[in-house]
Amino acid sequence: MRYSAWRVFREGLRGQSGWAPVWRDPEPKKEYDIVIIGGGGHGLSTAFYLAKEHGLTNVAVLEKGYLGGGNVGRNTTIVRANYFLPGNSEFYSHSLKLWEGLEADLNYNVMHSQRGIINLFHSDGQRDAAARRGNAMINQGDDAILLDREGVRQYLPFLDFENIRFPVYGGLFHKRGGTARHDAVAWGYARGADQRGVDLIQQCEVTGIDIENGKVTGVQTTRGPIRAKKVGIVVAGRSSQVAAMAGMRLPIESHVLQAFVTEGLKPCLDHVVTFGMGHFYISQSDKGGLVFGGDIDFYPSYAQRGNLYTAEHVVEAAMTLMPMIGNAKMLRSWGGIMDMSPDGSPIIDKTHIDGLYLDCGWCYGGFKAVPASGFAFAHLIAQDRPHDTAKRFRLDRFRTGTGLMDEEGTGSQHNLH
Amino acid sequence: MGSAVALSRPAEGASAEEWDDYLHNRDNPAGLSRELWYHNPCGSWIVVERDTATHEILSTTLASEAAR
Amino acid sequence: MRIEGKGLVDRSAPVRFSFDGQTIGGFTGDTVASALLANGRRLMGRSFKYHRPRGVMTAGSDEPSALITTGTGANQRPNERATVQEIFDGLDVRSQNAWPSLKWDVMEVNDLLSPFLAAGFYYKTFMWPRAFWETVYEPFIRRAAGLGRLSGENVEDRSERAFAHCDLLVIGGGPAGLMAALTAARAGADVILAEESALFGGRLLSETTEIDGHPGQAWAEAVRVELSQMPNVRLMSRTTITGAYDQGTYGALERVGLHTPECDAPPECFWRIAAKRAILACGAIERSIAFPMNDRPGVMLASAVRTYLNRFGVSPGKSVAIYGNNDDAHRTAADLSAAGVSVAAVIDSRSDASTTGNWPFFAGADVIDTRGRLGLNQITIRDQSVERKIAADCLAVSGGWNPALHLTCHMNARPEWKVNLAAFVPRPGAVPGLTAIGAANGTFSTGACMEAGARAAADGLAELGMTEPEMTIPQADDTPYAISPKWAVDAKGRAWLDLQNDVTTKDIKLAAQENYRSVEHMKRYTTQGMATDQGKGSNVTALAILADATGRAIPETGTTTFRPPYVPVTLSALGAGAKGAGFAPQRFTTSHKASTSRGAPMIEAGLWYRPSYHPATGETTWRESCDREVGYVRGAVGVCDVSTLGKIDIQGPDAGAFLDFVYTNTFSTLKPGRVRYGLMLREDGHVMDDGTTARFSDTHFVMTTTTAAAGQVMKHLDFVHQCLRPEQDVRFTSVTEQWAQFAVAGPRARDLLDAFLDTPVDDVDWPFMSCGPVTVSGIDARLFRISFSGERGYELAVPARYGDSLYRFLVAQAEALGGGAYGMEALNVLRIEKGFITHSEIHGRVTAFDVGMDGMMSKKKDFVGKSAAAHPGLLGPEREQLVGIRPVAPEERLLAGAHIFAENAPKKRDNSEGYMTSVAWSPTFGSYLGLGFIANGRARHGEQMRMVDHLRKVETVIEIADPMSFDPEGGRMRG
Repeated sequence: MRYSAWRVFREGLRGQSGWAPVWRDPEPKKEYDIVIIGGGGHGLSTAFYLAKEHGLTNVAVLEKGYLGGGNVGRNTTIVRANYFLPGNSEFYSHSLKLWEGLEADLNYNVMHSQRGIINLFHSDGQRDAAARRGNAMINQGDDAILLDREGVRQYLPFLDFENIRFPVYGGLFHKRGGTARHDAVAWGYARGADQRGVDLIQQCEVTGIDIENGKVTGVQTTRGPIRAKKVGIVVAGRSSQVAAMAGMRLPIESHVLQAFVTEGLKPCLDHVVTFGMGHFYISQSDKGGLVFGGDIDFYPSYAQRGNLYTAEHVVEAAMTLMPMIGNAKMLRSWGGIMDMSPDGSPIIDKTHIDGLYLDCGWCYGGFKAVPASGFAFAHLIAQDRPHDTAKRFRLDRFRTGTGLMDEEGTGSQHNLH
Repeated sequence: MGSAVALSRPAEGASAEEWDDYLHNRDNPAGLSRELWYHNPCGSWIVVERDTATHEILSTTLASEAAR
Repeated sequence: MRIEGKGLVDRSAPVRFSFDGQTIGGFTGDTVASALLANGRRLMGRSFKYHRPRGVMTAGSDEPSALITTGTGANQRPNERATVQEIFDGLDVRSQNAWPSLKWDVMEVNDLLSPFLAAGFYYKTFMWPRAFWETVYEPFIRRAAGLGRLSGENVEDRSERAFAHCDLLVIGGGPAGLMAALTAARAGADVILAEESALFGGRLLSETTEIDGHPGQAWAEAVRVELSQMPNVRLMSRTTITGAYDQGTYGALERVGLHTPECDAPPECFWRIAAKRAILACGAIERSIAFPMNDRPGVMLASAVRTYLNRFGVSPGKSVAIYGNNDDAHRTAADLSAAGVSVAAVIDSRSDASTTGNWPFFAGADVIDTRGRLGLNQITIRDQSVERKIAADCLAVSGGWNPALHLTCHMNARPEWKVNLAAFVPRPGAVPGLTAIGAANGTFSTGACMEAGARAAADGLAELGMTEPEMTIPQADDTPYAISPKWAVDAKGRAWLDLQNDVTTKDIKLAAQENYRSVEHMKRYTTQGMATDQGKGSNVTALAILADATGRAIPETGTTTFRPPYVPVTLSALGAGAKGAGFAPQRFTTSHKASTSRGAPMIEAGLWYRPSYHPATGETTWRESCDREVGYVRGAVGVCDVSTLGKIDIQGPDAGAFLDFVYTNTFSTLKPGRVRYGLMLREDGHVMDDGTTARFSDTHFVMTTTTAAAGQVMKHLDFVHQCLRPEQDVRFTSVTEQWAQFAVAGPRARDLLDAFLDTPVDDVDWPFMSCGPVTVSGIDARLFRISFSGERGYELAVPARYGDSLYRFLVAQAEALGGGAYGMEALNVLRIEKGFITHSEIHGRVTAFDVGMDGMMSKKKDFVGKSAAAHPGLLGPEREQLVGIRPVAPEERLLAGAHIFAENAPKKRDNSEGYMTSVAWSPTFGSYLGLGFIANGRARHGEQMRMVDHLRKVETVIEIADPMSFDPEGGRMRG
């Protein structure tokens, strides 16, 4: 059924009785053409684009918990295309374009708000790096403006310009960047895939991957065995465990990233702001809570919860940057499992096993990539060759040293990205 | 810092695969894990055995002792 | 209304505060809620979505409805709870989320539109026309969203953070917690007893329970007095434990000064407590029942009614009706009646119930409707299919107790469902070292709570190897808890669950209908439990309704995740001390005062401060000063403080071998008295840092690093030694702060040094790249002949305590020779003219090959990064290599961050062949000079290309050149 204002009005008069289930709860079939392991943002978008772009609907998404229960359900919701290295540049640019048409594509309001993101910088060196990034963005066909201190002050007058420990020199302003409602994205893709005939199977954990003669033949699950010609692994922080079922060791380390939200407040912050002298980013959700986060906790973890020291550290950055939010109260914290890669950039590639495909390594930047990752992964699975926008996300780039995309410049240490 | 595999640096002339394993590939266990931690104030590197699912710490050893 | 002779407020200390501009009278010890109720005010707020009138539901931090803003300007605190905020003279309180007034709120029109604003409606609309989302719909939604408002002014950094350690942390100062604390304290353990309220006693303050035949409050006070006199006990009132973390760490928020007028006391203190053991005795939270129109001001929890009555001496109404599914309904009636308050009716949903007094009583009946928009005036009950209307201005609802088990689930555990209690209880062992007791563990009688407290403390003492003391458990009530679950009443009309977010039972059922069946989907779709109270009073009821709607049992349906913080924590408390300079340490060189006294603007270099330039009289731009300072160094002599560069003292028989392994080139062959430039790689083959290392003796080296990478290099050296080469006999330590080091550079540098060093420095004894000890007026110093400027250069290091005077002396000497101090801007020009790289060039993605230093990679020995550096992807003509860049027309601008294209190539990403990393105006050359990277740059010297900077709208035709523009032979340095 189609969503619209008219429908909302009509159902309001009918006591909401006509709303149909947002997705089915089918029993898994014994066999599918394609099985997608992982019902998070990327898995659901992959299924959607398999159906929409490639007409492939004999597809199942297997999710061990509830749909969208992983990182897509617990992030700081930032959407942007301000990467600068070849490989990332074109990919995120493509993603942003998909975001811009997403509500129409999904007929689901994901509340994509292009309110602008400002990356602050605090030294000449940082400004020069920001300029390199901004020019790269414009070369890519996206937008960027280099603001000086007064330029920043016009947008963010409440920053502590006078006292801040590391003075604001300026900011890189990306107007088309912004935020979106994370749950809505997952649900919108799920509904879109389901409506096109994809089976979404929840509470179904994959326990084994069947391989014969170097070719994938199916999976074992807690809801029975399922045969498949092609299998895509897209499980973020759990990538190593699932890949191990196919005998693979991945260049991935799983870490916890905390995110925080305050109680709801009347509008006080109209942009996404990132701090340059401490890893910190903040925006205000449409419900009024300030959503913010910072560094990972730095040690490997699957616990989906973080330590107190890091939480305090993140809030310290908030207090030095914008003390006007000092009397807001932190309401809730979350933690996810981040699949950290050695250069901080993702992997969307085939594996050495015929019919087995891998999408992982998103570190903590996976939310903005949900559309383009699904689009590219679907293309790879359907056509057995990478999409142009993602062809550099090769699994072997670490071994060869060719085509590394180290945006942070911190090198082959997983927890430094 | 990451996995304690960092203690086992490949010898000179090792293959690209061995170096790839050393620098990049990880078991990344959801459970018992052996890691290298650095205590910034005193500069000690420490091998920590811990559980990545429960955060329980099982043992700590100075890296210089573990590495010998 | 106030009841004489009851309550613990201090009637000798009256207080006047203001609420929405009106003066309200109360007593010290009152909260805003109790004082308002005492004055007959029931309307305290508005709900979030429908803007329905809200009163107060609870008497604690679980309050969903009575949210207020206190203070103004920098002290404005939105979303405070009227049930927690204690009153004081002059306190300014304002209601929230209503305009133009609390009584007449324009947005209440939303309530009329509620059929169209059901759960999740915004996901199904606001999509068309596309442009309207950003310009019309979202701004409207944002303005309607949120409850309180920040003032926009900077909050002062007056709160604090503190740390505490203990053997036993007791969380909650009720009967269970007091017994536990007393037991452990008498055994001599270090005990912290944290209590959220201002007074100790827990429910003993709210009930008429007796202990040993006396009022429970008296027993609690006696215990508190005993504990307060013990040196091994820290009593923390007004302190909420906010989270349980790994290894016995607990976060706590203490309200220090929020109940007093603004004074020197910090508003709050956030604590980090390390406890060997902990006992959770924080009680239980009562829940309501979902019947139609259960959200009006005047409908409140029965336990809250008893708290207002017994602790504050306030009756929330003149004629109180009571509705419940357990015996607390009758206890409430008894307390009210004994206090002289009229009990309008007791309605017990259990058909086999009986009551204890002489009031209208209805068993097996339910409330099915209420009336009174701004305040309850009537309820409708259904008694065996007969409907009756009963006048009442307060309805006390008792739906049963939910143990406050949140902390036990902060480390991923889920609670257990107990059918006989109709409640979740903590899972044993869920948090290592934490034991839950009392009502927090589903034990609801006072006697059993006290016994549990003593026993848990004894167990904890045993685990800590301490002896438990003799304890007598006082006599108290032991009546078992008798409840028949009643989650919702089957009747027409909206029945509320989440009072703040306006989530009703219909919304839960809609979520189930639309297949948002998992409890997490239901929560996120309906926003149940996502308000400021995090669903403390409503989540379990919502879960029960979801279970019912999806044909599952409650345990099968599960709970959502419990996470810190248990109560919302003010950011200025959690981040106390971080405002302004408190955010990070400031590191100052010994010449700092000398620089600032010259008016030099000081800029951040990491945590350090260094002078940018030193303005002279008459100069109006920084460029003028910079050009002059460059001239000092090129033409006479300049002095610059270079203390911030990392200095690492390395000693031992294996020091040379150690350096051979960390550097790409060889240092074991360096002769004592000599200095060598070294390149250090990461193990992944990319450049980590560069610097010079000086050898003072066979076993003594001093390494320098860049300012930026000093910490990283030190950590790396520690790693290499401890993890890779533990057998090597070498020790090293940072001496960055121990030595003040100054660069003396320029054609007259030697003249300057010769004039004051105890021995002259001739070129034979001090060739380029030499080092050694010298004395300055008898003080042992170190001299290095090295150059970052490209001129004859030295660096003189003295123990830091002499730094200030040496610097001033050097600058005075330089000025006498026609030179003077030079700062960071000039330093940058000088090194760019020489093509010397900094971390602008070695930005983490650059190899030795890229910067033209692959020749420095020894083939004869292994070193960190050697293997990876040989990977095919890290070599080759397609890689971007370091080049110098000049504008073809000298007056044209170069900009760092610009990209470089072939002259006629379209300005798109595919065509970018490189980028500019560093740029400076060179007074020596009379043009801009730059450094950057171009694909295959070393083979393209002389080629003309185009620099494009979209951001600043500058395009310049450039020529690729060798990075070293000035004195390429190096004669001036080596001379």
